[in-house]
Amino acid sequence: MHPNLSFDQAPPISVPYRFFLAAPWFGVLAGLLLAWSGGDVLVSRWTPEVLALTHLVGAGFMLQAMSGALFQFIPVAVGGNVWRPRLVANVVHPLLVVAALLLVAGLLFSSPAYLTAAVPLFLLGTGGLVAAVAVALWRTPATGMTLWSMRMAIGGLAVTVLLGSLLAEALARGLDLPVIDLTNVHLAWALGGWALMLLAGVSYHVVPMFQLTRPYPLWFTRSFGPLLLLLLCAWSSRLLFDDDRWVTAIALPLLLVFSAYAIMTLWLQYTRRRKVDDATSLYFRVSMVSMLGFALAGAVVRLHPEFGDDPRSIVWLGVLVFDGVFVSAITGMMYKITPFLNWLHLQRLGAPISAVPNMKKMIPADDMTGQLRLHVLALLLLLVAVWQPSLARLAGFAFATSCAWLAWNLIGAARRYRMFTNQIRAVVLHP
Amino acid sequence: MSITTPLFQHHKHCDDLFADAESACGNGDWEAGGRLFALLRDQLEAHFSSEEELLFPAFEAATGMTSGPTEVMRGEHRQMRDLLGQMSSGLADRDGDTFSGAAETLLILMQQHNMKEENILYPMCDNALGASDIGATLSERLKAS
Repeated sequence: MHPNLSFDQAPPISVPYRFFLAAPWFGVLAGLLLAWSGGDVLVSRWTPEVLALTHLVGAGFMLQAMSGALFQFIPVAVGGNVWRPRLVANVVHPLLVVAALLLVAGLLFSSPAYLTAAVPLFLLGTGGLVAAVAVALWRTPATGMTLWSMRMAIGGLAVTVLLGSLLAEALARGLDLPVIDLTNVHLAWALGGWALMLLAGVSYHVVPMFQLTRPYPLWFTRSFGPLLLLLLCAWSSRLLFDDDRWVTAIALPLLLVFSAYAIMTLWLQYTRRRKVDDATSLYFRVSMVSMLGFALAGAVVRLHPEFGDDPRSIVWLGVLVFDGVFVSAITGMMYKITPFLNWLHLQRLGAPISAVPNMKKMIPADDMTGQLRLHVLALLLLLVAVWQPSLARLAGFAFATSCAWLAWNLIGAARRYRMFTNQIRAVVLHP
Repeated sequence: MSITTPLFQHHKHCDDLFADAESACGNGDWEAGGRLFALLRDQLEAHFSSEEELLFPAFEAATGMTSGPTEVMRGEHRQMRDLLGQMSSGLADRDGDTFSGAAETLLILMQQHNMKEENILYPMCDNALGASDIGATLSERLKAS
């Protein structure tokens, strides 16, 4: 049988769930760290606290959630079989959790020992993930741009981690490397080559599915990923020759590509056939509007040095892209994937489908929209707090609380899965 | 036009009906929602039965694959019929939660199912049954529904 035609290859539910359930706690830690540190730390992207916050969200929240989504998505959407997913997840998941915590501690306390301890764990964890996923992505007989985007995203993750490891070693050992340029390249691959590439590839599949939009146009999906990849390679050339005009000449098209994806997604949503709004569609809208804001503000900062000269402007852009774009999109997706996975696995237990609670019984809609409102409030507070340090502690608390609420909602879904499983087994065994 | 083009187009038609029925019931217009839902259910039933009675047997006869992809699709048809039954109960009881919960689940299941058919099974059918006139029969049957 063609692998794309069966859910049988979908991993055990515990595989994606361990990543989904861990992700929000990194957000909680990030919020608490900001609340504890106060507003002065947001003055520059290079303060230990901001470096730690960035990696709690990027290497913690985002990497966890996106790894879990990869395990789930590859078999179902592109027909690839990840080799022994439970075993790979058993190894990769704890490695990535510990590596992220060590990295954050290393950056926060400027500790060479923690940094050098984090590097091999990251290389092992992401190396295992990339290898397992890459084999699945290259062996699948499926075709299409979702598949190609996922292949490129995995490459983007590998480049991100390799550059990040080099940077961590440079910091820990005081190596003579162009740290600022390397960081800018590392960040571009993390946000563009890994996160956006994967988000776009997944969007081609789920945006039409969740909201009955038209498909992304073929010309768009065929050009978006390769163009993004090409621009990231060009952006990386700043390591070889540091000409400011060249950097601007690459940065602007790069931001244009970001906004093209946002505009296309917003347009498809605006013209969608399904007019029902839910937490997922609203989260996606928050994400796409944030992406447009990021691209626009990024261009202003690049073109008008009087704005770019204030180091807080880069911190502000960071809040918008990490929290506004990616935490929003990821949360929105988890709110749709988790209830469906519950239903999918429950209906395979053998009971009549009428005995299986529907998707809306998995996470109460009010809890999801309430958490969404708090997330948006926290995002706005964070954006203001960059310029008004007195608000930073409040913004940190708000972000920590919104992530804790997300964790609570996801734990609730996992708990209901267990409860419904017991109920259904009782029906199947004692009809 | 390939053999399976009418089925492909009919998916879009059913998507439109789904969106309209869900929207009407979501707005509390149970009368219109009921009419639209009946239409959706009839059209989906016509679609499922066209595949189960015409396309799948022809494909199985041409390829010898009787327990493969077509079996998976039949199983998903059963699941979707069951969810339509739950939506129908919700509609009869004017129970918005039951209706919308089953609708949400049906939507995701239906979209995954359609993608698998459109990307994999239909191209396989077009290859296996290229010389037959089954496409015209499918088209007539769906138009008559």
